[in-house]
Amino acid sequence: MNNARAAGAPPQRTIDIVNASLKRRYAKERRFRLLGLGAVVLGLLFVALLFADIVGKGYTAFQQTYIQLPVTFDASVIDPEGALDPETLRRANYAALIRKAQREVFPEVTARRDTRALGSMISVGASSHLRDMVLADPDLIGTTKEVWLLADDDIDMLVKGHIDRTLPESERRVKDQTLGWVERLESEGRIEKRFNTIFFTHGTSREPELAGIAGALMGSFYTLALTLLFSFPIGVGAALYLEEFAPKNRWTDLIEVNINNLAAVPSIVFGLLGLAVFIGIFGVPRSTPLIAALVLSLMTLPTIIIASRAALKSVPPSIREAALGVGASPLQTQLHHVLPLAMPGMLTGTIIGMAQALGETAPLLMIGMIAFIVDIPSGFTSPSTVLPVQIFLWADSPERAFVERTSAAIMVLLAFLILMNLTAVLLRRRFERRW
Amino acid sequence: MSTTVDEMSRRTGAMSSAELSGERESRATVGDVTVANPRMVCRDVDVWYGAKQAIKGVSLDIGKNEVVSMIGPSGCGKSTFLRCLNRMNDTIDGCRVTGSIQLDGQDIYDKGLDPVPLRAQVGMVFQKPNPFPKSIYENVAYGARIHGLTNNKAELDELVSASLQKAGLWNEVKDRLDQPGTGLSGGQQQRLCIARTIAVSPEVILMDEPCSALDPIATAIIEELIDELRANYSIAIVTHSMQQAARVSQRTAYFHLGDLIEVGETNQIFTNPKHRLTEDYITGRFG
Ligand SMILES: Nc1ncnc2c1ncn2[C@@H]1O[C@H](COP(=O)(O)OP(=O)(O)OP(=O)(O)O)[C@@H](O)[C@H]1O
Ligand SMILES: [Mg+2]
Repeated sequence: MNNARAAGAPPQRTIDIVNASLKRRYAKERRFRLLGLGAVVLGLLFVALLFADIVGKGYTAFQQTYIQLPVTFDASVIDPEGALDPETLRRANYAALIRKAQREVFPEVTARRDTRALGSMISVGASSHLRDMVLADPDLIGTTKEVWLLADDDIDMLVKGHIDRTLPESERRVKDQTLGWVERLESEGRIEKRFNTIFFTHGTSREPELAGIAGALMGSFYTLALTLLFSFPIGVGAALYLEEFAPKNRWTDLIEVNINNLAAVPSIVFGLLGLAVFIGIFGVPRSTPLIAALVLSLMTLPTIIIASRAALKSVPPSIREAALGVGASPLQTQLHHVLPLAMPGMLTGTIIGMAQALGETAPLLMIGMIAFIVDIPSGFTSPSTVLPVQIFLWADSPERAFVERTSAAIMVLLAFLILMNLTAVLLRRRFERRW
Repeated sequence: MSTTVDEMSRRTGAMSSAELSGERESRATVGDVTVANPRMVCRDVDVWYGAKQAIKGVSLDIGKNEVVSMIGPSGCGKSTFLRCLNRMNDTIDGCRVTGSIQLDGQDIYDKGLDPVPLRAQVGMVFQKPNPFPKSIYENVAYGARIHGLTNNKAELDELVSASLQKAGLWNEVKDRLDQPGTGLSGGQQQRLCIARTIAVSPEVILMDEPCSALDPIATAIIEELIDELRANYSIAIVTHSMQQAARVSQRTAYFHLGDLIEVGETNQIFTNPKHRLTEDYITGRFG
């Protein structure tokens, strides 16, 4: 352009040259925008598919089938001596009460095999429900009451429509006889679906209808709390030291390279390390939130350190100079000025690390978190499992009822992940400052 | 960067003819670098940014109760030299300072010397305004707070308002002291930074183009402040305004491509420069 001018070609105004190329430039821009939009739409589509699949499979798990039976709290069964001794009440044979109640609703069923089939319609957990009722209110003894009892998982699946009633009997899990009973109960209004509180208040169980995520949720909570406690201060401290205080030499370069490498190491390796070092050498109890947190801290540390260093790097050096210039010590400079400005980035990195830790399974399998633990953990050193491992275990179970519970647990996990990422966004907003 | 400066000097007629014809002028400092009553004494200071030398064997004294102005073309090393005087260059990776710089007879680059109290003693106003992203009040109060200069909130309030008044910013910000200092205009930020520096009462004040973004009225206020501070303190000021140098300073130092070319009484430098480069510069043939 300049040459043409210098060569004495007819003078061309800059605006003409600009206009000539404008169309091409805009076309390029449009193409780029369409490409970006396409990528986003495709991504959203897959996310929507994933969510639709999980929710479609899992939403029924938030409901549970109950069967209403007229239970007579027979004093001769519960408390033959009439002493109301809690120990006796606790040990009484409540299953017998349920059998009796069923006999009343289905008087025509008498054959031994049939009564057993009838009994299996009610969950084995129902008798403990009756026991709790009696323990809470001993006055019930001697009365008769309509009680909603937890149905067995097969009945639950049938009522929810996961078992096709039109299939021939040989291919159906629920036999014709039971199907008839269920239909009769349904017509009498003795079957109802209620909100599944058990799912949120119980630990896991071999019986799907008694299995809940409370144990795994508490395990995850304790684990994450400890992981945060370990990895955030160490990560931020390490980043601060490496970025602001450490001399820049070959050693620190080596450390930097290794931290970046650690971030890419498969997580199961951290599990093996935890098994060998924390459990093998230091004797940390296995299957506990403590050991899980130690391993997950190792895993998330590189993420936090890298994010924190990037956040520190993005703080303008003029702020450091300003602080040092009025005589602040290096530590004061960091604590009063640099750290607050770097905080949003550090928190984002930490929450990403935590989200990663929340969803991690592989290394935890190595350190015994896969054990079958029914009790809800009560502390950092009580045996427990975590949500993703629970999902893994349930996904492995053959019962149809565990399929929906798996999906429901995934929904809970996703909800927590979304919550955490939302917190990250909010924290960023809160701490973000202009300079 | 260095090439542009070289090119610039080559293109400038007066310089290039002298250099091309081989009669390269001496870069040894003309004039007396010493003063009778020195506060800071710099001898043979070299500064390197990596392999590039930015300051070449500069010796200069800064006396008690005097204002020394440093002038010279852009990129000649004025800021670099100024930043050596309170060890601000320590924060730059790859920056190396040799030679000796003393404050009251104490070598400030001594291994055992702590730069933290040094910087409380030798304050600095940076070339680019750099307020903290905190409130205006907090900006001014920060130094006093960390050094424990005041005993209570009332004293601190008093110090903040006095400092802002001296910097000529009080009337503009007195109603919004709790608003972020970064929300001020460029010139206001510059004065805020001046207020922040004088709030800790440093005994030597280094000012790097403190009035570059100020209108004539605000400039006059700052120049008045400098004059007032001179009664007790020593001041080194970098400026591109020769009128300003003439107004506020007693001595002037002319830098050129890392060399200190000439030092002398401000009057003498502006009326009767001894070195040809100085003359070219102040008469507007260079820079
Ligand atoms: N941090 C740095 N790293 C490398 N080189 C630098 C750095 N700071 C300054 N320099 C170089 O040192 C030389 C002197 O810079 P300096 O900032 O001291 O100039 P100056 O005289 O203050 O210029 P101005 O009047 O434009 O502010 C320049 O050539 C510059 O490129
Ligand atoms: Mg400068």
